[in-house]
Amino acid sequence: MTALLRVENLRIELATRLGVAPVIDDVSFELAAGETLSFVGESGCGKSMTALAIMGLLPDKVGRIAAGKILFNGEDMTQASDERLRSLRGNDISMIFQEPMTSLNPVFTIGEQIAEVLRRHKQMDKRDAWKRAAELLDAVRIPDATHRVGHYPHQLSGGQRQRVMIAMALACEPKVLIADEPTTALDVTIQAQIFDLLEDLRKDMGTAIIMITHDMGVVAEMADRMIVMYAGRKIEQGDVHTVLDHPRHPYTKGLIACVPHLVATLDEHRPPLTEVSGIVPGLQEFGKNECLFASRCDRVVERCLRERPTEQRFDKDQVSACWQANTL
Amino acid sequence: MTLLRAVAQRLLYAALLLLAVLVLNFSMMHLAPGDVADTIAQSMGGADSDVMARIRSDYGLDQPFSVQLMRYIGNVLQFDLGYSFFYNQPVTSLIFSKLPATLLLVVTAQLLALTVGVLLGVYSARKQDGIVSHFVTVFALFGYSAPVFWTGILLLIAFSLKIPLFPVAGMIDVTVEGGFFARFIDLLRHMVLPVITLASIFIALYSRLCRASMMEVLGTDYIRTARSKGLSTREVVYKHALKNSLSPVITLAGLQFSAVVSGAVLVEAVFSWPGLGSLALQSIIARDTPTILGILFFSALVVIVGNLITDLALRWIDPRVRSRT
Ligand SMILES: Nc1ncnc2c1ncn2[C@@H]1O[C@H](COP(=O)(O)OP(=O)(O)OP(=O)(O)O)[C@@H](O)[C@H]1O
Ligand SMILES: [Mg+2]
Repeated sequence: MTALLRVENLRIELATRLGVAPVIDDVSFELAAGETLSFVGESGCGKSMTALAIMGLLPDKVGRIAAGKILFNGEDMTQASDERLRSLRGNDISMIFQEPMTSLNPVFTIGEQIAEVLRRHKQMDKRDAWKRAAELLDAVRIPDATHRVGHYPHQLSGGQRQRVMIAMALACEPKVLIADEPTTALDVTIQAQIFDLLEDLRKDMGTAIIMITHDMGVVAEMADRMIVMYAGRKIEQGDVHTVLDHPRHPYTKGLIACVPHLVATLDEHRPPLTEVSGIVPGLQEFGKNECLFASRCDRVVERCLRERPTEQRFDKDQVSACWQANTL
Repeated sequence: MTLLRAVAQRLLYAALLLLAVLVLNFSMMHLAPGDVADTIAQSMGGADSDVMARIRSDYGLDQPFSVQLMRYIGNVLQFDLGYSFFYNQPVTSLIFSKLPATLLLVVTAQLLALTVGVLLGVYSARKQDGIVSHFVTVFALFGYSAPVFWTGILLLIAFSLKIPLFPVAGMIDVTVEGGFFARFIDLLRHMVLPVITLASIFIALYSRLCRASMMEVLGTDYIRTARSKGLSTREVVYKHALKNSLSPVITLAGLQFSAVVSGAVLVEAVFSWPGLGSLALQSIIARDTPTILGILFFSALVVIVGNLITDLALRWIDPRVRSRT
């Protein structure tokens, strides 16, 4: 079976004050229909950039796809016309953002903001779209949906706004949903509810999810496969249980070690993933032909500083970009 | 319901404000040297002190200030703004005969300035390095720093003297024959230069502000959301972004309403536009106190109504304003 979404050798360049930097450097991965693929990694490693590139929404004039392909159902989206991309966006591929408080337009009702997508992609008329918007609000468990549909974003809490975003993203039953840290801005009890909701909706619709997160607990609970990103590179990939049981990259190992109880329920408070000592290199270091994790790695050898590690394959499609992967 | 309450509240403020305007106007005029008796004496070709004293007592000018003030306010409440000896008619009817011309000028100029300002602002925000964008910056600086009367005179020289496209002065040409349509066209032709002159300052102001707020809005998360829904650039800009970037522009337009009215005085003088501005000029020269007070009162009224409309427009645009009151 061919993958639903297939990213090949993606390179994204950002124009910064210090010159052009590859914020995503030679990243490839696949997403099968209906599966949940998780992206993890520290802040600034390029998770959101990958997501925006798939959506065709890289920041104007700053970011661009410099090389690679993004194939959706075999069609290369990096070559597609604006018109074509717009017809996919919000329809076959949609996205939920990190910032629920600011991601809804303050001057339109939430009903209008949901109905708009349906009118755009499903050619619904005003009345049907509005009715469907209320149903969708109900589906994302907003109480008293027929009444709330006429409310404005400022009348809703952060968790409710994220539910509205979910309703909006799922309105056209997309094949791919990208959830970029959908709960980072929300408090812990709400987080669990949002994940439950996403999980239920995924089961109903069979939507494939790209779940971007900092949180290994979320990965363990929600995802089928995972990709670990570091400084714009994919450094490990594999089946969630395989990777968590036996990480093949020192960075992944570090990340897992930071989480005390991976099996703990989502309601419990878990510390954030910042405990791998050292810091991520700056953007201008990203292109270097070396292992960018070397300065923080306790297993560093001379080769790591000379050559960027190639991807090595293991059982069950596990991939690691570490020269020492065999010994881990 | 909340709308009614908000309007009622604004009307109450407006009434208090008008009262303050009345008191202030009257006090200032009272402090200035010369009074109605002087004017009347002058028009009679001089009068001795006995006659002057009789005139003063006839018009209550010998009463204490507070009594005069209370009487003035009382009269105004009954829409009696006094009698103009210079024009020989009640001030109220005098003003009502001139008010429509000024309103036409002020409202048209304000609407034109808003429309053109917003369009230029939006366009230049989207093409930040384009010609229009630079034009807006230069034009804004120029439009804002050039005095109205100077712009007016330049336009007059260019487009009615050198190239006689538009009439030199006035509002209607009595020699124009024909029906309503012909007279309407004639009115439009008379309006072009004064309206453009008055609007030019405000086009400059509004386009600059609109450009800035549009650029800010285009970088927000909800615009990214709108794009992620697959909407066209037109829908993103003119639906999602525009409504958000209008609020500051409309707020500014409300604040500028008084400037539009005072700008109208100058424009009317340049183009001999038969409105309140021209009337004000003549009555100041003639020291026609009741008329001046009446005009000040009505200008305040126009500004207050303008602000009220601004408030309502803001409420309509931004639901957060609605729920705040
Ligand atoms: N609009 C932008 N202009 C310039 N640089 C940007 C912009 N957005 C992001 N970056 C830079 O790109 C890099 C990758 O950012 P990205 O948002 O993809 O990280 P992330 O992995 O999503 O992090 P987080 O977990 O904090 O969301 C960062 O170094 C960031 O500073
Ligand atoms: Mg991010």
